[in-house]
This record gives sequence, C-alpha cells and structure tokens, in this order.
Amino acid sequence: MSDVYAVSAAPHIKQNISVSSVMWQVVLALTPALLVGIFFFGIQSFLLTLYGVVAAIVTEALIQRLRKVPVTISDGSAVVTGILVAFNINSAAPWWLPVIGSVFAIAIGKQIFGGLGFNIFNPALLGRAFLVASWPTLMTAGWKSTVPMALFKSSINGLVNLPSNVPAVVTSATPLGVVKALRDTTQVSSDMAETVMNNLTSMDTLQNLFWGNIGGVIGEVSAAALLLGAAYLAWKHIIEWRIPISYIATVFILTYIFGGINGLFSASIMLPFFHIFSGGLILGAFFMATDMVTSPVTKKGRIIFGMGCGILTVVIRLTGGYPEGVSYSILLMNIAVPLIDRYTIPRIFGEVRK
Amino acid sequence: MGFKTFPGGVHPHDSKKYSKNKPVEILPLPSKVVIPLSQHIGALSKPIVKVGDEVLNGQKIAESSGFVSIPMHASISGKVTGIDKFNHPTGIISMAIEITGDGQDDRIELTDELNYLELPVDEMKNRISEAGICGMGGAGFPTHVKLSPPTEKPIDTIILNGVECEPYLTADYRIMMEQPDDIINGLKIFMKIINAKKGIIGIEANKPDAIKLMKNKLKKESNLEVVSLKLKYPQGAEKQLIYAATKRKVPNKGGLPMDVGVIVQNVGTAIAVYEAVRYKKPLIERVITVSGKIVRNPKNIKAKIGTFFSDLLEFCDGTTEDIGKVISGGPMMGFAIPSLETPMTKGCSGLLLFNKKEGHKEDESVCLRCGRCVDVCPMDLVPSLIAYNVKHEDWKLAEKFGVMDCMKCGSCAYVCPSHIKLIQWIDIGKLKINELQKK
Repeated sequence: MSDVYAVSAAPHIKQNISVSSVMWQVVLALTPALLVGIFFFGIQSFLLTLYGVVAAIVTEALIQRLRKVPVTISDGSAVVTGILVAFNINSAAPWWLPVIGSVFAIAIGKQIFGGLGFNIFNPALLGRAFLVASWPTLMTAGWKSTVPMALFKSSINGLVNLPSNVPAVVTSATPLGVVKALRDTTQVSSDMAETVMNNLTSMDTLQNLFWGNIGGVIGEVSAAALLLGAAYLAWKHIIEWRIPISYIATVFILTYIFGGINGLFSASIMLPFFHIFSGGLILGAFFMATDMVTSPVTKKGRIIFGMGCGILTVVIRLTGGYPEGVSYSILLMNIAVPLIDRYTIPRIFGEVRK
Repeated sequence: MGFKTFPGGVHPHDSKKYSKNKPVEILPLPSKVVIPLSQHIGALSKPIVKVGDEVLNGQKIAESSGFVSIPMHASISGKVTGIDKFNHPTGIISMAIEITGDGQDDRIELTDELNYLELPVDEMKNRISEAGICGMGGAGFPTHVKLSPPTEKPIDTIILNGVECEPYLTADYRIMMEQPDDIINGLKIFMKIINAKKGIIGIEANKPDAIKLMKNKLKKESNLEVVSLKLKYPQGAEKQLIYAATKRKVPNKGGLPMDVGVIVQNVGTAIAVYEAVRYKKPLIERVITVSGKIVRNPKNIKAKIGTFFSDLLEFCDGTTEDIGKVISGGPMMGFAIPSLETPMTKGCSGLLLFNKKEGHKEDESVCLRCGRCVDVCPMDLVPSLIAYNVKHEDWKLAEKFGVMDCMKCGSCAYVCPSHIKLIQWIDIGKLKINELQKK
C-alpha cells in the first residue's frame, strides 16, 4: 500500500507569480497611457505601437530559433519592450521607425547578451538611443500638437509679443525644449524669458502636463495615465518605490536649486513640478529605470541608482545638448549597476560592525 | 493594539481555517509505533532494549549518549519487534526502535509533585533531561542543554513561542486555547531554572482569542507578558521573534539567543516541561495538525510519538483526492516525504496532504534580478546572489554573502517569479561548506 510521493525542497507553497505574469501586468499598466495617446494623437499611435510590438516579438522568436534556445515570446517581455520603444516615438513618425527601434532593442539590446535576465541596458531605451542617433529629425522634430497645445502656444505668443526666433522654438519642441531655449540668453532677452517661464510654470500648464494636453511622444503624454499604471504595479509589488521616488525626488531638489534662470534658488517652487511632469520622467522613472534586469537588486543600490538617474537627467536637461535627458541618464546608470550592487551588499541581520 | 514585528517577510495565505476550530482529539492506541533514535539535534540516542523485550508505556528504551542528546521512551506498551532503519519525517532513513503494541497500554508509574516550583533547579533540569524533551517547534534542540547557558551569558528573558507562523498548522494554537495554565506553569519553571526576570508569550495577530485568553491569565503576573505580533511569515523564527519582542538582534555567524540574554521555547515544549517536572512524565505524545484541502476531516490530534502518518490520516478519514505530496511540518519549511509509512517524532507539528496540482513545481527560469528575494529576506541576505554562487560552485563567495546565516525560512523562494529553487541551492551550499570546514 506504500505509495511513493513526489519530494522536493521546501517551500511547498508559492506566491502566484511568474515571469510572464509580471510582464503581462506591466503591459496592463502601460495600457492607460496608450489609451490617452490614442485619444490625443489618434489611431496612428495605436498602429505605431502595434508595429513596435509585432517587430519585437518576431525578432525575439527569430533570434531564439537561430540560437537554438526555447522561444519565450509568450512571457510578454518582448511585448513590453515593443510598447516602450513605440512610446518613445511621436505619433507623426513613419511606420518603420518603431519597427527598426524594436528590432534593434531586441537583437542588440537583449538577445546579443543572452536574452532576458542577462542584458546590461534597458533594451527599449537602447532602441530609442539608436533611433535618435540615426534619425534625429524624425525623433525630435515634427511633434503633432494636441489642440490645447496650440492654444497654449498662441497664449505664449499673445502674452509676450515674441520675436521671430521664439515661435520657431516653441513649435518644434516639447515644453522642455522651450525651457532649454530660455536658458540661452543669446536667443531670448531676460524679461521675456521670465515671462515665458512664469507661463510654463503656471497652474494651467502644469495641469495640461499632468493630464496630457501637450505635444510629445505617444507614451509620455499623460503623467496621470502613467501614474495610474505605476500605482497598479506598486500595489502588486511589481515595482518598488525606491528607484522612482529617489529618482523623482532628486530631480525635484536639483531643478529647484539650479533650474531658475537667474542663478541658484531663483526658480519658483512650481518649476520642479514642471520638470517632473514634462518629458519622459514619469515614464522613465516608473517603467524604465525600474526594469528589473537592468537595475540594482540591493535596496541601498536602488536608491543610489535612482539618485544617479536624477542627477544625470537634470544635468542633461539644464546644461546638455538635448532638451531631455531621461533615457540617456538611465542608460548611463545601467552601466553602473554591477558596481552599485557590488558595493551595496546589505549587512546581514545581527552582523556586528567591525 | 500595536503589533510588533521584524523587517522583511512574506504574507502567505494562512490556510488555518481547516483545523483551527477543531479541539484536540486523542488518537486511539496505535498497534505499532516506531521511535527514531534521532529526533533532536545532537548525538543519536543509544538503545537499551533488545528485540523481544517487553516494554511499558513511558519506559526508557534508549538513553542519551552525551550532553547534547536525549533519551527515548516507549510510547505504548508491548514488545520490541525491531531495531532497524526506518523512514524519518525529515525525509531521511534513520535507526529506530519498533514496538508492537499489546493493546493494554500499561504505564510506568508517575509522581505528582504539588510543590514542583520549589524543587531544586538541578532536580528540575534532571527531570527535563530524563523526560527526553527537545524543542517541539521543529528544530529539536535538547531542552536541558538550552536551559544550561554558560554563566558568562546571563539570561533575563524567556520567550515562549506561540507564533505558529507556518500556514495550516494549528497545534500550538489549540494547546494555547486548551491548556493555557500548563503553558504558563511551564514558563514559570523555565524562569525559575534560569532565574530570568521576565517571561514573554509571543502570539501572532491571527489568533486574537489566544492573545485575549493568555492576557487574561497573565493579568496578575507582573513579570509575565503577552506580546502580540504582526501576521507575517516568518514571525516565529527565533531571531525574528526575539527582535520583535525585545528589539535585540542575535549576532550572526552562529550567534545564539543567549548572546542577547534570551532563551526561546515553544509553547508545546513548555507543556512537556511542566509535565516532566511535576509528574516526571516522559515526552511520549504531542499534538499534531493533520490538514490540507484534500483531507476529508482535518484535525488536531494528540498522538503517541512514533505513530505512523498513515494512522493519523486514517483517523482523519483519508483524503478526497489522490495525494500528490506528503509534508511533515509546515508548507514553508516542512519536509516532503515519499511515504506515509513514516513515524511522527517529537518535533512534528504538522502533517499536510497536497493533491497532485498543489504538489506541482514549475521549472526554474532565469533570474530577472528583480530583487524581490532581497526585499523579503528577514536575515538581510541577497538570496539570488548566494544561489548564483552555489550554482557556480564558488563556495568562498557563497559563504562571504552569508549562506550559513540563512535559516531556510523559504520567503525568497516563495516570492521568486522565476521559480528559482533558492532554498535547495542554499542547502547545497550549506552542506558543501560544512563538508569543506570539516576537512
């Protein structure tokens, strides 16, 4: 009567979680931002995202076949990469832009290192960096504005009677581009800069930034939609607070100190909020810097990582050659992850300090 | 009411509903028992009977073979029918004494020392040691050894562990509800032996009636206290319990509770100690929870040490589905065993039956470096890093990263999305490093 039962190491119960459930929940969390993107920029945003996703899946499957390893496209990780690549593209871009971005992200960003779990860089950001380097005009110009954005621009025009060079700046860039231009005193007089700055940090603008009434790439457009997704992931313990909070807090503090156009601490308290809700910071801090594979595993390491991202972002935004620095700062910090992990191994419970 | 706790940990479903409201039932006399000679940490007990000998219930059948060892006693009356290798609830095969019952249950004579608290400390310790008591929470450290700390380590606090943080298990809960006075008397004996000023009973928040009952019982005792603990696993782990109750951290690298002036004992051990000191009763029975979704009639059972798991399951009317996995102990730290023809020991707090699906384990996939294991580790280790180094046989690094400090609570493996068998890897690391150290 003595049956033989299966034996295995403890524990014998397990939380209902797997790699694919993590990835598909990230997809779910990105959906509100996509819906807002479709709402503001039209069905084109959905199609571009779809192209990016399909390209990512096909590339992953092909390369895994070539590598003679199991094809893991159902785990959802390629889908996440595809969505994130497309989210970095503006809705007026041609169809092949997200496709090339996703192919690069999966092939060079991920599979070349050995696939999921082994990549050094966030694949989607690497894909974006490749696109920015190869087609800078397609990636940074030609924003399709939402209707309220057009109003916003005309209000700036009406307010300050801008000279001919300023509207050019405004029409071709995100609000962050405007901020950057304002810091360049050879282009804009200081009174005018101040007036535009006041307008940018007004409650109206901040509200538009928060809800998504701005020009921008598909996925960055609405901070509110991204935060909704992020809240879901935090609730499900899929992302952890340390990286996004230290990242955003660092940006807040540094832009408050250095962001003003008249020296240290000259910025209004609204400027840090402007910096947080514009550009790719929310998307980057909650969905890209938190990429499990390319961020530190230790708790202290995650805070250092987030602060590093924040410092680099502010440096690039305020003094660098690009108006936006989120993606490069995350990529640069990705490189530092092994080092950060190595020096932040926690002290064991009960360990006596020597 | 503020609940105390420790950093880290996980929240598995407690699954105690199956058995928590079932009062302890006494198992009818089994026809045969098998008493393993290793039910504790330390040297194997030495048999003092031979095949064919008649034994009484409670008679010593094996003596302790050193200071860190305990004697064993017959748990039924009958005839010794074998001294041989048998299954053991930790999944190993070990030497054991088989007794075939005569159905009479003739017992050795017990005493009743009404003024047991006035006994000399040495006599108390002697009675505990003679009764063959070891920790009944699972680890099985001989109790008389725990109660003999070196003089340079003064103990001021005894903590009784009534946390029972393992899902499914309700044996400790039931004895707290049904024998609270015996537990408190046991605590007083511990305090008397150690000359400790303070006694604490730690109970987890999911047992509010036990907390209330104990609090009422301890109202008039100024030096005894109930500490309510947050519902979190592994709240009942010794170091985590001590930290939650006293904010003291037991040093790592082999540090013991006595290094911070504390001794922790399980509530079941407290009852055994009380019975040993007052009645000279050997440890021959204990309460065990038999549970699981597929158990037809889950129960808390007072059973003789050495009873086969198959007898316990039969007493619970078997299972409603095919058995996939048999676990002795709790689901987080218990042992999956291949056969129900395995005797229960002094440290067995539970017998769990899982169906084929519950027993299923997914394959390992690659580590995502998500850090969830780091977030939950109550010892502040980096489990993924330890497992990585064990896999690559870098024993030095595994040791440096604290593999020996892991208590194998399983929290890391519980939350791992990649299903990495972290505890299995860590176990391999521990074994290998122990082996290397012996050389």
